[in-house]
Amino acid sequence: MSAINLKVNGRSHTVDVDPTTPLLYVLSDDLELRGPKFGCGLAQCGACTVIVKGAAIRSCITPVKSVENTEITTLEGLGTPEKPHPIQQAFIDEQAAQCGFCVNGVVLTAKAFLDKNPHASEAEIQQALSGVLCRCFTHVRMHAAIQKYARAVVKS
Amino acid sequence: MSQMTPAARKALGKAGFSRRDFFKTSGALIVGFSAVGSPTSSADAQVLGGPAAGSPPGNQVDSWIAIAADGRVLAYSGKEELGQGIATAQQQLVAEELDVPFDRVTLFYCDTALTPDQAHTSGSQSHPTNFNHANLALAAATARETLFRMASQQLSVPVDQLAARDAVISVKSDSSKNVTYAQLLGGKKFNLALDTNARRKPVSQWTVLGTPVQRPDIPAIVTGQFEYVHNVRVPGMLHGRVVRPPAVGAPVMNVDESSVAGMPGLVKVVVRKNFVGVVCQKPWQAVQAAGKLKVTWSRGIGLPSQDGFYDHIRTLPASDTLLVDSKDSDKTLASAATVVKATYHHPYQMHGSVGSSCAVADVAGDRATIWSSTQAVWYQRVTSATVLGLKPENVHVIFRRGSGCYGLNGADTVTYDAAVMSQAVGKPVRVQLMRKDEMAWENYGNAWVMDERAGLDAQGNIIAWHHESWSPSLGNRPGTAFPGNVVTGMLLGFEAQPFTPRSPAPDPRNYNNNSNGVPSYVAGRVGGANHGTGAIKSEKVLVHNVESPFWTGPLRSPARLQNTVAHECFMDELAAHAKADPVEFRLRHLSSYRVIDVLKAAAKQANWDTRPSPRTTQKPQKRTGIVTGRGVACVAYEGDNGYTAVVVEADIDQDTGKIAVKRIVCAIDAGPISNPDGLRNQAEGGALQGMSRALGEEVTWDDQKVTSVDWRTYHSLPLGFAIPKVECVLVNRPGEEATGAGETAITVVPAAIGNAIFDATGVRIRQIPFTPDRVKAALASRA
Repeated sequence: MSAINLKVNGRSHTVDVDPTTPLLYVLSDDLELRGPKFGCGLAQCGACTVIVKGAAIRSCITPVKSVENTEITTLEGLGTPEKPHPIQQAFIDEQAAQCGFCVNGVVLTAKAFLDKNPHASEAEIQQALSGVLCRCFTHVRMHAAIQKYARAVVKS
Repeated sequence: MSQMTPAARKALGKAGFSRRDFFKTSGALIVGFSAVGSPTSSADAQVLGGPAAGSPPGNQVDSWIAIAADGRVLAYSGKEELGQGIATAQQQLVAEELDVPFDRVTLFYCDTALTPDQAHTSGSQSHPTNFNHANLALAAATARETLFRMASQQLSVPVDQLAARDAVISVKSDSSKNVTYAQLLGGKKFNLALDTNARRKPVSQWTVLGTPVQRPDIPAIVTGQFEYVHNVRVPGMLHGRVVRPPAVGAPVMNVDESSVAGMPGLVKVVVRKNFVGVVCQKPWQAVQAAGKLKVTWSRGIGLPSQDGFYDHIRTLPASDTLLVDSKDSDKTLASAATVVKATYHHPYQMHGSVGSSCAVADVAGDRATIWSSTQAVWYQRVTSATVLGLKPENVHVIFRRGSGCYGLNGADTVTYDAAVMSQAVGKPVRVQLMRKDEMAWENYGNAWVMDERAGLDAQGNIIAWHHESWSPSLGNRPGTAFPGNVVTGMLLGFEAQPFTPRSPAPDPRNYNNNSNGVPSYVAGRVGGANHGTGAIKSEKVLVHNVESPFWTGPLRSPARLQNTVAHECFMDELAAHAKADPVEFRLRHLSSYRVIDVLKAAAKQANWDTRPSPRTTQKPQKRTGIVTGRGVACVAYEGDNGYTAVVVEADIDQDTGKIAVKRIVCAIDAGPISNPDGLRNQAEGGALQGMSRALGEEVTWDDQKVTSVDWRTYHSLPLGFAIPKVECVLVNRPGEEATGAGETAITVVPAAIGNAIFDATGVRIRQIPFTPDRVKAALASRA
């Protein structure tokens, strides 16, 4: 165990954990965040996604020590039910969820990609989501929401 | 308070409430709700719950509906939200019947101490069960009529001169004369049985039900605030992980606890018969300890070869069932101008939830509180009690949403895991399965072998249809009696529900097409009456159930999808033999206007090109590159519980064998539409899930174990594929009963894809999934 400093959604935390612990366990257990989720633990589904240095990463295989003192953004860091981020609002507008378990990975992967590639084509956005799974198959609405957000990003 | 576990009491204290505040009197529960608001946290659930002797009786209005002092309507349901949108629709239903805005209704569901026992949430039963003339709908209608009668007395005005709006009943001619629901009840309960004569509000007057109300849970979901069962945190909670056998049926020989001695955070190694798990202070510690624990297992039972599996299951002792038998099908077939035969194969497929299943249990002495994403909290209460050796009335099961699966994922099994480990350590324990634990041991959707045989007369009309199928099964949902129906129960020494061979099958006494074993095109004659949706009078459907080496369970549209793949592809084969257009040929043999109407609606929306399949018969056949085809399929789900037809347009790359579905048009009839956007969401999702199951999904195994244990080895369509255009035509039926909705679209899509492949290439592939290799092999075999 060792004390590790984390910056999550603009707040600093010190946690006393085994430094090899995957970041996901620290976020969901020590910090009790509900956004990042354990899907497979193998970086194959995207449910655990967080944004670090502008990139969507899989927190289930990221040792916590490797992101010490680095700004980490989780789904909670984007917005709240009262004041959602525009991409979250787009998902609400399109009613783009069924069980909703995968939404974390879908929203954060799409946001990180569009932040860097605001003019991405529909096919490029799809490609960016090739490692993300939704087993309720809400694909139609999720892509509609992402497109809606993408158009808004370009406009602004 | 004595009935609550210590951790539950702590949670309650943390929330700032005492349970006494809420259970003092009949009306106290209502006060509690207005103080707490929506029960979105585990602490709130504790406030509201607590082990009770039994669930509220379903025949009492108070079990379903309560009016808060501030006029809010509280509704209680035994049908839970799994992501299918039923909570929103139920909230709409109550708002509609009681004339309050949608957001003035608070809905609670599936808590064994709080809500009426409605058994499972499954089988497309929530809509028909709660939206017709019983249960929640009848309770709301009874409550409304009662409030109107009370207002009539109080205001001395006949009921027909009163109107209700936002929990206030007013005199139509003078709205200053009014009384609120809360005033009418005066803090008392209805104390009234459901009135079977109470009238539902006519569809023509609906203003909330029937409209596309947004789901109230989505803002919390998309902002990471929503509490799944995975997020339940109870004070003092420890973390467990399971150690499953390395092979199917392998018993434990030895557990070497010294292999994990001194590991950080280790609390206990839990061994009970063949169940092995570890409990640690933190989840990552438990993962590591479970990985390091040295367990010696005996060899497994050995598995039949996957290559010959479909032939193998035909040879096993079977329990036979006749669904229909006109007794003349062999004779009619012998007289037919043409007899067509085909065999279809469907693999085991997974629920494969994105999130590995999770549960939290707090077993303290003779009492237990369990948070579970089970689709049957009451049954889970009974079987958890069995597993724990407790009285069912001392077990309190609270539903919390898990990762969706549309069936039976690891939710029930992990609930036993958590319960057993909590009991072993005397503290609350949260267990989450690892990916392999989930995928190697879940209750798969059944594999199926289907022999189809039909006779055509000289004009190309079907005159006889014979269907015979074999499907292996083991276990199922546990119900109240069989914890051994899922893996943890079996590891703990409980048996799965017994399998008893039976042959020959007795003659059918009642018509039951729950499985869609009976094709849509036959008369379904049983007991002197036609119950089917088709016209063919010479019919026989014989089903052989055999034992499965793997656990099986109800994967979305169980049996219905498998049978429909065979029936709807075979119908296409028959149309091709008759050189008839596939839509026209179907219409020719259907008698049910509801199937006919969805079929016509889908064809119209798709701008269906009326001609026989395959397309290649009409042009010089192109053997390389991309060819395009269209396919159709339709079904009366479970015979009478929802109607759908789908048209699929697909590109087939003849060089790679890859199928690219470009467009899916789905027409759906679920009776009066409760929420058109919710229905659309279900149809869209079902269509694409059907596509994933048709194109890639298949459980694989070797001689000892399942080998499809992650997303590299089990092939689900990710968000990255080129998504087809999905168009839904909603056929509203205000005059009919509400039917199932969530499992209809998925039922027909795989068959329609198979038919599109045939249309494009002239090749009939009779095995799911239509993988590139399988498609290429089939194309290579073309003459």
